[in-house]
Amino acid sequence: MTIMAKAALNKKEASTQLMSGAELILRALKDLGVDVIFGYPGGAVLPIYDALYKQDDIKHILVRHEQAATHAAEGYARATGKPGVVLVTSGPGATNAVTGLTDAMLDSIPMICITGQVARHLIGSDAFQEADTVGITRHCTKHNYLVKDAADIVDVFHEAFYVATKGRPGPVVIDMPKDVQIEKAVYHLGAITEHKTYKPQTDGDEAAIREAVALLAAAERPIIYAGGGIINSGPEASALLTEFAQVTGMPVTNTLMGLGCYPASDKQFLGMLGMHGTWEANHSMHDCDVMLAIGARFDDRVTGRLEAFSPGSKKIHVDIDLSSINKTVHVDVPIIGDARSVLRRFLDIWAEEGYGRRQPTLDGWWQQIAEWREKKCLSYTDSDSVIIPQKALERLHALTQGRDTIISTEVGQHQMWAAQYLGFDKPNHWLTSGGLGTMGYGLPAAVGAQIAFPDSLCIDVAGEASIQMNIQELGTIVQYNLPVKIFIMNNEFMGMVRQWQDMSYEGRRSETYSSALPDFVALAEAYGIKGLRVEDPAKLDATIQEMIDHDGPVMLDCRIAKLENVFPMVPAGAAHNEMLLSSDAPSKPTDDEALAVV
Amino acid sequence: MMDGSMKDIGTSVQHTIGLIVDDEAGVLARVIGLFSGRGYNIESLTVAAVANSGKRSRVTIVTSGTQMAIEQVKAQLDRLVPVHDVTDLTTDGPFVSRDLALVKVSGGGEHRIEALRIAEAFRANVVDSTINSFIFELTGSAEKLNAFVELMRELGLVEVARTGAAALSRGETGLQD
Repeated sequence: MTIMAKAALNKKEASTQLMSGAELILRALKDLGVDVIFGYPGGAVLPIYDALYKQDDIKHILVRHEQAATHAAEGYARATGKPGVVLVTSGPGATNAVTGLTDAMLDSIPMICITGQVARHLIGSDAFQEADTVGITRHCTKHNYLVKDAADIVDVFHEAFYVATKGRPGPVVIDMPKDVQIEKAVYHLGAITEHKTYKPQTDGDEAAIREAVALLAAAERPIIYAGGGIINSGPEASALLTEFAQVTGMPVTNTLMGLGCYPASDKQFLGMLGMHGTWEANHSMHDCDVMLAIGARFDDRVTGRLEAFSPGSKKIHVDIDLSSINKTVHVDVPIIGDARSVLRRFLDIWAEEGYGRRQPTLDGWWQQIAEWREKKCLSYTDSDSVIIPQKALERLHALTQGRDTIISTEVGQHQMWAAQYLGFDKPNHWLTSGGLGTMGYGLPAAVGAQIAFPDSLCIDVAGEASIQMNIQELGTIVQYNLPVKIFIMNNEFMGMVRQWQDMSYEGRRSETYSSALPDFVALAEAYGIKGLRVEDPAKLDATIQEMIDHDGPVMLDCRIAKLENVFPMVPAGAAHNEMLLSSDAPSKPTDDEALAVV
Repeated sequence: MMDGSMKDIGTSVQHTIGLIVDDEAGVLARVIGLFSGRGYNIESLTVAAVANSGKRSRVTIVTSGTQMAIEQVKAQLDRLVPVHDVTDLTTDGPFVSRDLALVKVSGGGEHRIEALRIAEAFRANVVDSTINSFIFELTGSAEKLNAFVELMRELGLVEVARTGAAALSRGETGLQD
């Protein structure tokens, strides 16, 4: 049935379909293809929860804190490519969601967050659990709405999904006064194909694309720098990126958010770039003559010192968001468009012009890259007496091969090691908080991914500090019997901050020791979850295997070397080609200006 | 440009930006919040519903920044959902910009006569008068208004209220709504 015919039919039945605002919300969500929402009830959303109770189309996942609902929705969105949906109450429910909204904003994750609000006549009166949600979330959402009339609900929800998913994705808040949830209005089938003002450009400018392809074809030292925008553009964009790299023979590096958009096991992959990127990726970025940045935004963690960032290259920047162009780094060929559509044109034009695989002219470049690779920048000194964190992740990677493994992380050293040592060959299998760097992201994100993919192996690679920021979600995984594995890399420090204190603050470890840690095994068992602990390197493999094999959730307390640092590292205020390796002596004192920037 | 950094490129220049936005609750907060949140300057901002285009308002913002910063301002404004159209009047061709000022001056004798004489020269209207004071109303470019206010300072200036710039491009075409 066409949309027109459907609409006509609905118009006919519409006259009889008077629904409450709460029912309209759920019906609109169903029409929009939503089958799961993450939420927490409260006074101002009671009518919606009552409507939820009376239906079976949409499954509600009860989290233990509203922040976790937002991260679960992010994990769900990142793993499925569909928007994540959150339902929270007014006041503290909404303010607790702010961190996750901001996280989704910075990482361009499509999310719809429905917040309860006090009744219309109470707005502005400092009513119980009233907060100016639209005001508070204006800065951390792509857009937000206060719905003042039940008759607007369907159209607002359809528009909100359109805004959240089109162009550069992001979070959208819909604030729903309680009396509007009760008010009755006529249902109609919403539809939106084009918005009156928000019309993101998806097809790149043809002349600019041709100019870019010609630049790449003539390049002697090209590099593809691909980010999370490829993942947002969908699996086809990853496939096209891979095809383009294979056809052209060019090296590829990924941002933290882009990991998995190009197969890490491929020989043209240089690893992640940036502050904790590989020697070969950062040196290639610094020395390249043509850079193709696609779905990436020249983040300060990627560029290092701006003045010294890839000084000799022509830069091509493909991005769906005009405001990403020339924001921090000047580019020579900007292309506004969707990565998938633009890559398709790149491939077509490359073939049409008969450029082919320019292996002879890139030989010298690959030879140089091979020399950089010889540095073996991710090597580390193993130990028989203590588990080295890099080793732990290498073993986790090896022992999870052949399974559909989805990794989420918290934020800190373990996150960087996970990015470095768990090679991702597929998109949508790596869930991490890149832009905002939100500790406490990983466990709820794993919940969201596991809900979407019950049969996948969902592992939260955590630190002992981060995991405590949303540890209450152990309750959620038990309630829904989610076989999430929590791999805690326990070094008894807020390791990344401790590393910075050691490197830049003369080792004054101010408040970074994780005192009074719980017994994680006993804690897991208190929730009815299997708890494991490993301290002996000889038992590492067996313990990881036991975690993987267990049919249910597991929390593994992996005791690792306490003072290991993350390398390579572009230190504060340095350029890409001024990286430190683990073998390097302690860095020179950092000046105040550099400390302030990074 | 070989320098990778955009921060220092170009000098800071004043730009007048025109916007058509949906006339809805909170739209001005979105615009202003964008400027404050990203650290852009606002030298003046005017907004009012524009009658001939239904539920639309026109915003005129005078801001200053490097060319790169201004491009960012435009791109950021353009991706706000209720924004219909954005133009940088300063770069898009000749434009007309007008402020309105109300200027209160008090005093007697020579000062009062001189104030009235200068007001005439500036084509200001007297919109309120007491034995000891005038309120002058005048419109014009920001420079003209500045000059008038400076002269009044010597002649018993009490207070000034200004609207900020309202601006349109010259010629036949205009912003889309």
